[in-house]
Amino acid sequence: MTPKAKQNKLYLKVRNVTKRFGTFTALKDVSFEAGQGEFISVLGPSGCGKTTLLRVVAGLEKQDSGQVVVEDRDVSDFPVSKRRMGIVFQSYALFPNLTARQNIAYGLKSRKVTQDEIKQRVDDLLELVGLKGMGRKYPARLSGGQQQRVALARAIALSPDLLLLDEPLSALDAKVRVMLRSEIRSLQQRLGVTAIMVTHDQEEALTMADRILVMNQGELIQNGSPYEIYDRPATPFVAAFIGSMNFISSAVKKEKGLYQIGAHLLQVSNENGSSGLKKQSSAILAIRPEDVMVLPKGGESEVNKPNVMNARVENMEYRGSVFRVKLRLSMAGNENSLIHSDIPSEKIGRLKIRETMEVPVHFPTDRLRVYSADHA
Amino acid sequence: MPDNAIRTPLFFSLPETFDGDKWICRILILLVCVWLATVVFLPVFGLLSKSLTDADGNFAGLANFVYYFQTPALSGSLTNSLFVSGLTMLISVSLGFFYAYALTRTNIPAKGFFRGLAMMPLFAPTLLNGIALVYLFGRQGLITRGFFGTLPGWDIGLYGPVGIIISEVIFTFPQAMLILSVALRMTDARLYEASYSLGASKWRTFFTVTLPGIKYGLISAVFVCFILAFTDFGAPKVVGGNYNILATDIYKQVIGQQNFVMGAVVSVVLLIPTVIAFVADRIAQRKQVSMIAARSVPLIPEADKVKDRLFLGYCSLMAFLIIAFFATALFASLVKIWPYDLSLSLHHYNFRRMGGGGYASFFNSIRMSFYSALAGTAITFASAYLVEKTGGMRSLRQGAYFLSILPLALPGLVIGLAYIFFFNAPAWTVLGITIPNPLNFLYATMGILVLSNVVHFYTVSFLTATTALKQLDQEFETVSESMGVPFYKTFFRVTVPVCLPAILEIGMYYFVNSMATVSAVIFLYSADIPLASVAVANMDDAGDTAPACAMSVLIVLTNVLVRILYGILTKGVHKKTQAWTSAG
Ligand SMILES: Nc1ncnc2c1ncn2[C@@H]1O[C@H](COP(=O)(O)OP(=O)(O)O)[C@@H](O)[C@H]1O
Ligand SMILES: [Mg+2]
Repeated sequence: MTPKAKQNKLYLKVRNVTKRFGTFTALKDVSFEAGQGEFISVLGPSGCGKTTLLRVVAGLEKQDSGQVVVEDRDVSDFPVSKRRMGIVFQSYALFPNLTARQNIAYGLKSRKVTQDEIKQRVDDLLELVGLKGMGRKYPARLSGGQQQRVALARAIALSPDLLLLDEPLSALDAKVRVMLRSEIRSLQQRLGVTAIMVTHDQEEALTMADRILVMNQGELIQNGSPYEIYDRPATPFVAAFIGSMNFISSAVKKEKGLYQIGAHLLQVSNENGSSGLKKQSSAILAIRPEDVMVLPKGGESEVNKPNVMNARVENMEYRGSVFRVKLRLSMAGNENSLIHSDIPSEKIGRLKIRETMEVPVHFPTDRLRVYSADHA
Repeated sequence: MPDNAIRTPLFFSLPETFDGDKWICRILILLVCVWLATVVFLPVFGLLSKSLTDADGNFAGLANFVYYFQTPALSGSLTNSLFVSGLTMLISVSLGFFYAYALTRTNIPAKGFFRGLAMMPLFAPTLLNGIALVYLFGRQGLITRGFFGTLPGWDIGLYGPVGIIISEVIFTFPQAMLILSVALRMTDARLYEASYSLGASKWRTFFTVTLPGIKYGLISAVFVCFILAFTDFGAPKVVGGNYNILATDIYKQVIGQQNFVMGAVVSVVLLIPTVIAFVADRIAQRKQVSMIAARSVPLIPEADKVKDRLFLGYCSLMAFLIIAFFATALFASLVKIWPYDLSLSLHHYNFRRMGGGGYASFFNSIRMSFYSALAGTAITFASAYLVEKTGGMRSLRQGAYFLSILPLALPGLVIGLAYIFFFNAPAWTVLGITIPNPLNFLYATMGILVLSNVVHFYTVSFLTATTALKQLDQEFETVSESMGVPFYKTFFRVTVPVCLPAILEIGMYYFVNSMATVSAVIFLYSADIPLASVAVANMDDAGDTAPACAMSVLIVLTNVLVRILYGILTKGVHKKTQAWTSAG
């Protein structure tokens, strides 16, 4: 797999796009780029403007300002039909009175191609999406996953340069969804087509995309690889939206890399969420539950490690491979003193962790994130 | 995989930013607006301005209206009209409510039969309601004469308000029943479960759940019945006697006295309460729609022997009355000389020596109804599609929607009279400028008859089409657009086939109503093109009640036949579409 190599060439540029519906601003100054063959996922809560962004790129909606540039040509004024995009809608929008085959051939009919060519092409497409022999069925007789495949085949029938998918998997059962994820991804890679997929499912975005655009209330909040987004969320919103995150508010910056919470001083080795933060200004510290380390009681390491404090086990919830443990930190004067820690079941047994027990807790310096308090 | 095999060539003679489809769409919507403005708005505007001029065409302000309301012989009709339509509405909605309740909330048998029978009056010209009543309660009526002297007679004083109200109740009952059935069927079963679980009694539940649940349906039924009774012309013409109401006044002013201005004035007097009722009805309907919960649970009526028997008795009585009513009409049309020679014969169906045009008028009516169905269905469905499914041009689309709803508020007589003024004028004078009338050629042709029907029954058809279109995926148009398939191809290949059941329904509706209507066309038909419904009116006028009755029976039979044909076609379509409508 060499997606990186293919992505060198820039394919799509969205520049400062703003879209209003009446007085409501659905997109605020959104800019991003997509390389040739890249799989981009647009992630955000419902109503944040994802579909609108997709529709602007497709040309189904005209932006109020900003440009959509494809291969160095401004296509902002181009109608949809001339943008060479394949679109898969959330509802699939399959024509109910046409068979799977007729649906796929729908756009081909109006091109100057012979019947034989169309037949060949549709056969190839049916095979490509794994529906060989199902061409004669009407959409209503196909399962949700099969309908999705027909929609996909129809979208790629005209060999688009850009594939737009609006929550393509949201209507399917969990099992089918997981299977189709990898199928769509490998199909996209095989065709080398650039793809933008809208989703509100973080797992979908993390597993499928080369790059994720996180949106909230019409704004693009963060643009980065799945790893970057998860590891270094740009704002508390992103942090909380993707995976789960503990926030410890009412921290105060003492000096570079050193934050005070109550009587404790915490070291932070990576401060990029708050590089501009001044001394004595208030901050929010954040750490993912899986990064909160519970140490053996009375162990020696306790003394040498920085960022260790005591906590009481309030509650334990079994989740299979891990326990989600609610810990009450002994920090006077902090309302957010309850945090979650995901601890492997094996470790729970080894350390004999029980409810109401007092345990030392460690926050690794490189796992703590810092956000300015204005973000909250 | 030949991925690059099929590509759009990148050479276009037009600039690439040019979106031809969008322009076609815009022009079509604009045409819809122009068309509706021409056939709805301008004629009504012409009628309104006519009511403000004197006989010589000079502006007279409200002088005509002042005269109207100062002349009791004229303005008395308004009170009369309000009285009969108000009473009709009360009776009709009550009868319709219990009937609808029986069909939706009880376990009576043969619901399909009862529902179908209750719709019968929709197939008949309202003139027939009057004529049938004459045979039942008129001077020589079956009941008045006590079944030809076998029983003591009973004279109800048919001619006047009594006759009008009975006819209008028969006419409006199916409408009330239909609206209330829809409302009753929509109520959420969970509300009843909640009510009973809170220990409420059946009566209390009826008043706290049932009635509030159908509130808007009830309001809608009230206004629809009022409008129908208020504006109907056929029945009062037959059984009105000397009791003057607005609808017959318009006819008398225009046809009897050739006083077009006063005809226009009375039309406006008729139009105002109608428009108010119409607006109230629209508001009620909108609220009703927004009340439907997304996931409401349909109510399954529980068995209650006493209740079921009571309602079965009621429905049977109503069914008997409807059958007796139409059977009397059929019988009267087949009897040699009512009430003296009761031997059966078809000689009333031989219209040879009658005025009104005889069989020529009957076949003209069929032709007219067929054209109206064809043109009306095509125009309404296409406009509904353009209004509902094309993007952009918001204000124009809203304008088109408004103009499409407007005809519902226009009584047939008003349309007819407005069309006389609009199409008959050799030239229009607007603000002192005279423009020759380019549409004058339509006057006194089949064209204007068809046009008046298309407009008269436009709104219901438009709403039927809109409802069907709303059920299609909103993205069909976008999908085809993204594949470079013009919207009109998708319209014919997907939209029309999928909406075929609704299209057939619209066609049937147009045909049946065009066949039965008398109000608009009575002003517009010409001697060369006599019509069946007008012939009924004219023969009845001339005292030839039996042939008038016979002609009405022919109209009803044709409509029932068309309805059956529609049923067969729908079944055929259903069979075909079963393959692609969900699992089957
Ligand atoms: N055609 C429209 N007219 C008015 N408001 C719209 C329209 N389309 C979308 N919106 C509004 O824009 C916001 C973003 O919508 P959308 O892009 O569909 O969100 P998402 O796909 O992220 O759920 C929503 O608040 C929605 O109500
Ligand atoms: Mg969306």
